[in-house]
This record gives sequence, C-alpha cells and structure tokens, in this order.
Amino acid sequence: MEVFLTFLKIGATTFGGGYAMIPLIRNDIVDKKRWLSDDELTEILAIAESTPGPIAINVATYTGYKIKGFWGSVLATLGVVLPSFFIIFGISILYAFVKDNQIIAAAFMGIKAAVALLILTAGLRMFKKMKKTWYSVPLMIIIMSALIVFDLLAINFSSVYLILIGATLGFFLFYLIPLMAKKSKKEDQE
Amino acid sequence: MIYLILFLEFLKIGFFSFGGGYGMLSMMKETVLAYDWLSEAQMLDFIGIAESTPGPIAINMATFIGTSQGGMLGGALATLGVVLPSFIIILLLAIILKSIIKSKPFQAIISGIRPVIVGLIIATGLIFAYSLIGLKDVSTFAFDYRSLIIFGVLAVISIAYPRIFKRQVSPLLLIAFSVFFGIILFAL
Repeated sequence: MEVFLTFLKIGATTFGGGYAMIPLIRNDIVDKKRWLSDDELTEILAIAESTPGPIAINVATYTGYKIKGFWGSVLATLGVVLPSFFIIFGISILYAFVKDNQIIAAAFMGIKAAVALLILTAGLRMFKKMKKTWYSVPLMIIIMSALIVFDLLAINFSSVYLILIGATLGFFLFYLIPLMAKKSKKEDQE
Repeated sequence: MIYLILFLEFLKIGFFSFGGGYGMLSMMKETVLAYDWLSEAQMLDFIGIAESTPGPIAINMATFIGTSQGGMLGGALATLGVVLPSFIIILLLAIILKSIIKSKPFQAIISGIRPVIVGLIIATGLIFAYSLIGLKDVSTFAFDYRSLIIFGVLAVISIAYPRIFKRQVSPLLLIAFSVFFGIILFAL
C-alpha cells in the first residue's frame, strides 16, 4: 500500500515526463524510504534508458518489484499511471468544449511554440550526452534529415523501421564484426 | 474494433520507443495521422496539454488519444497498451535476465539505436517548429510571423534562464509564458 501511495504521489506531482521524475524518485525512494540505494537507482535508470517504454514506468516497475515482488511492481506502476490517466481523462472531456473558444485557441497557438521548443531542447540535450563517434554523429544526421525529407514530401515511413535499422547496424558493427575480426586474428596467430 | 486497434497500436508504440516519452512522439504522430484520428494541429494541442499536466508524457498522450477515439475504455486500453511492454520487459529483467542488459550483443544493439532516437527527437522538434511557422510541405508555405515571434522569445527565455537562475527553466513555466504570449499575439 505504501508503495502504491508513494508512486501515486510521484505520478501526481511530476510535470514534464520521465526525466523530471528522477529527482523526486531520488528524494522519496532513496533518501526518505531507503527502498533503494543511490547505486541501485543509477542502475535502474541505465536499464530504463536501454529498454523500450516510458522511463517513469520502467523505474516504477523495477522499484516496485525490488520492494514487494510482482504485486509491488503492479502497484507501483498503477500508482504512476493513475493520476495522469484521470487528469487527462477529465481534460479531454473539457477540451471538446473549449477548443473553439478564441482565448483558449490563442493560448494553444502559444503552447505549440513551447512544445516544439521543449522537444527540440530534449533532443539537443540527449545529443550533448551522446558519445560522439564516426558512427553516432553521421547516423543521427542521416536519420534526422531523412525524417524531415519524408515529412516535407509527405512520404509515410514508420520510425519503427529506422529503429530496427539502428538495432541491426549496432548488432553487426559493434558485436558481430569485432567478434569475427578477433577470431580471424586468433586464427592468423595460430 | 476501434478498441482493439487502439490497444494494438499503442502496444506497438510502447514496444518500439526508446528514450522515454519524447522518443514516442514521432511514432504517435505517424499512427494518429495514418488513422486520421487527429489533425497535426490537434496533435500539437494534445502534446501541449500532456506537457503541462503531471505524469509521464507517454501516458498522458496515450490516455488523451485513446479517449478522443474511444471514450474512457479507449483511453484505458491505449494506456494499458503503452505501459504493458515496458512493464513486462522490466519485470522479466528484474526477475531473471539482468545479465542480458550487460551482455555484449544487447549493448551493441543499444549503441546502434541510440543515435536513431536522438535523430528522431530532434527531427520531431524541428518538424513541429517549421510547420508552426507555416511550412507544411514543399509546396505549401503560409508564413505565420506571430508563431515565429513566440518561438523566438521562448527560445531566448530558455537560453537565458539557466544563466540567471542557475537551473533549467521548467516545462511548466515555459508553457505558462507561451500561453501569455499566445493570448497577447493571437487573441488581442
């Protein structure tokens, strides 16, 4: 129950998505409740970033499991999801009524600019953190340009394929080819 | 039928998105436009709301899009769809497969994907920015100087703010500014 309530609070009070949740999680789960150590949290974040899905859900599931097993993970995840679900559900009913109001529409014109900027900043921040190599920088630029060209020419191309391409390239370039190179080197020596 | 489609589409989005909510946006946009659920402008409204309400962006977007198409049940199913893949994957990892994360092939795949995600997110931001200013596709350009002004002012705020207050401007504050400028420029 305590797990559920803690994550309910985290879900209800964080704005701006998963990364904004991290300080809150550190404060509540590590410092106050001592359910996890700082190292464990860092490990969870690394796992959360390298697995699909929203970071907040990943962290909640993992933390919940650590504390109380399967049901802990269910309750923690529910706790993080429920506040957003009900708030957004309420807003989406309101939205239908207010979207034609002139003032609201004007406010949304402003919000759109903020949204574009927020996404762009999030992307640039990730770019700063990314290890810049002969692989990552060109690939990032190619993917970015491809998406923009697709958009301008109104071509439909699912980003799922782009991710699969990245996964395949990564598997071959960073695992299989180095592995084979190592093997052939060994055989040369023998 | 719409319920099943919502659930499955969001399951797919949940499964293929890395890097959190922002990484999902381009896929959500593709899905929403492909099914004709929302216009691009509505999609931006939704993202604005998702950013300015508490909770993970991915959950907010799934609930919002789901509710708009299938009421409360639609919202619940879309949210469940987006949550389930990460829930199951993390649970499996926590129980048995922790060593997989550290294994070389897995790390290689992740290093392969990471730049794609960064490219996706930056492109999504850029596409939203230029379509806001009026560039819809190669042949349609209706310049909207007011949006450009707002975008410029907000960009200045988000660059200057950390220098003055020693921390990043919160998304909520930035959205509050944008509402203010939006009303001044578009409604008055």
